[in-house]
Amino acid sequence: MEKYIFLIPLFPLIGFIINGLFGRWLGKGVVSFLGCMTIGFSFIVSFFTWIELKSLPVENRVLEQVLWNWLTVGDLKMQLALMIDPLSMLMILVVTGVGFLIHIYSTGYMAHDESYWRYFSYLNMFVFFMSMLVLGANYMVMFVGWEGVGLASYLLIGFWYKGNENADAGKKAFIVNRIGDFGFVLGLFLIYITFGSLSYMDVFPKALEMFHGGELAFNSGVLVAICLLLFVGATGKSAQIPLYTWLPDAMAGPTPVSALIHAATMVTAGVYMVARSNILYSLAPDALLVVGIIAALTAFFAATMGVLQYDIKKILAYSTVSQLGYMFIGVGVTAYWSGIFHLMTHAFFKACLFLCAGSVIHAMSDEQDIRKMGGLAGKMPITYLTMLIATIAIAGIPPFAGFFSKDEILWRAFTFPYYPVIGKIIWVTGTIGAGITAFYMFRLIFLTFHGEFRGTEEQKKHLHESPFSMTLPLMILALLSFAGGWLGVPHVIGERLGHFPNILEQWLHPVFAASEEIVEKMAVVPNYPVAVEWGLMAFSVAVATAGICIAWYIYMRRGADLPQQLAQEYAPLYQLIHNKYYLDEVYDYMVVKPVYYLSIVLWKVVDAFMIDGIGVNGPGWLVKRFSAGVSLLHNGYLQTGGAFVVLGLVAITCFFIYW
Amino acid sequence: MSTPILTYVTFLPLLGIPFILAVPQGDRDTRGIIKGIALLFSIITFFASLRLYFGFDPDAQGFQFKEQHDWITQYGIQYHLGIDGLSFWLVLLTTFLTPITILSTWRAIDHRVKEFMISMLVLETAMLGTFVSLDLFLFYVFWEVMLIPMYLIIGVWGGERRIYAAIKFFLYTAVGSLLMLVCIIGLVYFHHEQTGEITFNLLSLYGTGLPRLYEILFFAAFALAFAIKVPMFPFHTWLPDAHVEAPTAGSVILAGILLKMGTYGFLRFAMPLFPEGSAFFTPLIIALSIIGIIYGALVAMVQPDIKKLVAYSSVSHMGYCMLGLYVLNQQGVEGSILQMLNHGISTSALFLLVGIIYERRHTRLIKEYGGIARVMPVYATVFMIITLSSIALPTTNGFIGEFLILLGTFKAGKIMAALAASGVILGAVYMLWMYQRVFFGELTNPKNFNLKDMNLREVAYMLPLLILVFWIGLFPNFFLEKMHPSVNRFIAQVAVEDVDAMPPALRNAEAAEKGKHSVEEACH
Repeated sequence: MEKYIFLIPLFPLIGFIINGLFGRWLGKGVVSFLGCMTIGFSFIVSFFTWIELKSLPVENRVLEQVLWNWLTVGDLKMQLALMIDPLSMLMILVVTGVGFLIHIYSTGYMAHDESYWRYFSYLNMFVFFMSMLVLGANYMVMFVGWEGVGLASYLLIGFWYKGNENADAGKKAFIVNRIGDFGFVLGLFLIYITFGSLSYMDVFPKALEMFHGGELAFNSGVLVAICLLLFVGATGKSAQIPLYTWLPDAMAGPTPVSALIHAATMVTAGVYMVARSNILYSLAPDALLVVGIIAALTAFFAATMGVLQYDIKKILAYSTVSQLGYMFIGVGVTAYWSGIFHLMTHAFFKACLFLCAGSVIHAMSDEQDIRKMGGLAGKMPITYLTMLIATIAIAGIPPFAGFFSKDEILWRAFTFPYYPVIGKIIWVTGTIGAGITAFYMFRLIFLTFHGEFRGTEEQKKHLHESPFSMTLPLMILALLSFAGGWLGVPHVIGERLGHFPNILEQWLHPVFAASEEIVEKMAVVPNYPVAVEWGLMAFSVAVATAGICIAWYIYMRRGADLPQQLAQEYAPLYQLIHNKYYLDEVYDYMVVKPVYYLSIVLWKVVDAFMIDGIGVNGPGWLVKRFSAGVSLLHNGYLQTGGAFVVLGLVAITCFFIYW
Repeated sequence: MSTPILTYVTFLPLLGIPFILAVPQGDRDTRGIIKGIALLFSIITFFASLRLYFGFDPDAQGFQFKEQHDWITQYGIQYHLGIDGLSFWLVLLTTFLTPITILSTWRAIDHRVKEFMISMLVLETAMLGTFVSLDLFLFYVFWEVMLIPMYLIIGVWGGERRIYAAIKFFLYTAVGSLLMLVCIIGLVYFHHEQTGEITFNLLSLYGTGLPRLYEILFFAAFALAFAIKVPMFPFHTWLPDAHVEAPTAGSVILAGILLKMGTYGFLRFAMPLFPEGSAFFTPLIIALSIIGIIYGALVAMVQPDIKKLVAYSSVSHMGYCMLGLYVLNQQGVEGSILQMLNHGISTSALFLLVGIIYERRHTRLIKEYGGIARVMPVYATVFMIITLSSIALPTTNGFIGEFLILLGTFKAGKIMAALAASGVILGAVYMLWMYQRVFFGELTNPKNFNLKDMNLREVAYMLPLLILVFWIGLFPNFFLEKMHPSVNRFIAQVAVEDVDAMPPALRNAEAAEKGKHSVEEACH
């Protein structure tokens, strides 16, 4: 099968090229067929690759395909190579699988758009770059995908480019990501000069070898620097503090794009990257500490911001930022597989949520404000039901998918071997965040689907359930949101169920085994009694339930007056959170404006006045003035000449007399 | 005696001039014939230069296709040509870009067509001659000859302030060149003192041991001439003026090839002739390069005129080229040479694109546009691809060049690399912001409602550039493998042996090569 790995990115690439070049003249039918089928083919190839990979003995589960020698300069030898191991296998299945469903959905959602072909070519391009990111066998290829998905995201956010705010949002996304990539590239350079390669197959064994050989100290400066620089890239791509601000704005793009790129796949690239580099991170606990703290802060603060939004997509966007925080908590406390597990379940339920939101927006004639919705459950039963399932999943109620993955992350944070105390603090933050998540998600459900309809009569007339091409993906994703968690059943529950295995952990084990050894060697893995795990699990379920109940009390029981009352009572806090902690404003005043005015000064003062005015034209001006002055003397009048002769004579006489 | 292929390539464009002169200046048809002749000869030159590609031995360290004949014997001046991996691609870039440029002038130039085309052909010969000369005198002749047609192109066919810009361009570059001439003679004199032989042969002059003071002075004079051409901060202010006033063809040649004369001058003359002087100035040049990268990008960001924006972006991009040269390791130098090509492709393409819209609307002010992606979709797409190449997106040519340069820089000094890499962020800012203001948003200006999209001729000359963008981005080895031996030789030639005499920046470069130990220390 390894001969065919290249087909996975190739199909979307073909779709992108054909639709991009000729889509204008192809009918919508051909465009959507091409757009969807290419991703479908990729998924099929991925699926067969998975079967092949499964049949291999556990320790040999790596398939590599070298496409060509890409860049060879001096000691730098870079191949354009693809690699499939259990980790990238899982990722590519999610990317092509969820991607395929969202392509199908798009055929319905975008049916009336004038640039239908452009949309599908961009979407195909995204899947192409995303598969390069995931399948790359070295950091360079990952970086190709990394920047490429950023480009696709930029183009799709600004897809309706006639609106200036859409174009602004796209540009912001690209530039903020570039800031992250700046760190990422420096991280690559540091990896290269430390380990002499950028290929995974060289770097990680070399790191282990240098660590065991004593050449590379545990937690040494280089390692921490590498990991932190890479993480800077991750904060950009995966919208973590302090670079998350682009993601809420990115909701300007079409909703299926938000589902695919800004929820299910692209934004999780940072998590994948950390999991991929797990050996480096495990050797640098200080970096993990930073990852963990930033992740916990993001998970918490983004959740609070989700509480006060009224735009259905913005709520989901902050929720995504927050959930990405949970994934980073997972990888940050060395529980790499749990981060990936949450990545997968999140892809299911968040894609489902976004697509449901799209279905609602579609039905509401492009209305996104949940204050103007209400009572939609009866009109859109499939959308309601699927969204409810996904919401329960994200809230962390067993046995839905989100419960298993989030709980595993929180449990592993509680038992963080490197920094036990910080781990507990992360656990507390994460658990509170989970409660808030349950609250704002059910707030969304209650305001949208329950109570009275608050929109216009016009909208009410048009309310309808979405076409089958849109509801089918919803149902599949809802099913996955419901059942996906059973792939990673925690041991305590699995044992009760008669040795039900943790399929996902076992599957990913070969990728993370070396890290586990490092952790076991360098730290004491705490050993709590089983009761503690059960207790924490029960506690987090209780917190989530409490969140749901409060949401029910505020938005269902008491009606509309309570939220306003609360807002008035806690006005400063309300303003602070409602304005997203003013971070956008801070960036604007601290970075954007100063740089802009500095540039103006550089241009007008330094360039035009100092260098060009004084430095370049200055000498010319001096010569001109001097000659102008001298030329005054040569005016051709006899009197002037005579005067100078007399003056000269006087001067010479004086000279001789007084010398 | 093999075919003097370099002579053919260099002087083929001149052969077109008699034919052009034979056509009477006059109506539309004859203008077409004149343009046709110029185009034909530039294309013939391009195909002739392809012979170089097939005959070039990528493993040879020395010069190839050498031709050496006595010219002015009593002063040891020779007609001496040859190319190696450093100049090979620049020669091809020149022969490749000239036909594209001529094709782009089809409608833009409608008066004094004959003179214009003759200028273009003379310019091509002069540029090629500069790249292939191995005799300092011959080089200097070509170098100065190049100025005249360029001066005319800006001064006659330029915009409103063309005279100011042309004179500025001429004086600026002439000042630098004159100092260089003095030092060429000085160098020959010293060589004569030591060996008793008068020669302008570059290969013999390499390795002339000058007193340290002279080495520094001579290098400074050479460097000034080349730094103005590059242009390095703070010698760059002639560039925006020249670009804004020059006709599209002038800008393309200026950005695409003439600027490379500066970096090539460092590569071929200033650095290997005076390694010690070069080492002495290394910290200054690196500092100026990094300042240029950031400064150029910042100033580009706030330009209201698209052409000026591209001009300042050249300052930034050429800063990368200089930086790559001066970190003096394989990745840096090869990245720098590749970046010269990339800049020649991407920035030329940008100027061509600006020319396309200028022909239609006769303005280059960003605020005059907005939303034109709707009326010119093909143009918008091509512009986007070139923009991406300019901001170094992976899979495009710009990425490979900047990646290599930054990697090379990182080996020499981490802070330097971090500063230089910030230019990559700023690059995205000014290019995307400009793109947004020109192409996105509502189509509000009524003058833009009926803009015509690119026509076949315009697509025809953009297409080769687009292909190259991805060709270099995906298969850079095709281009780089021709450079390896020559770059090796260059580094060996320039690297100063005595570590203590080295400025700190170079010492770091050495340390980085030595191994991971020093890296560890540097990090702690």
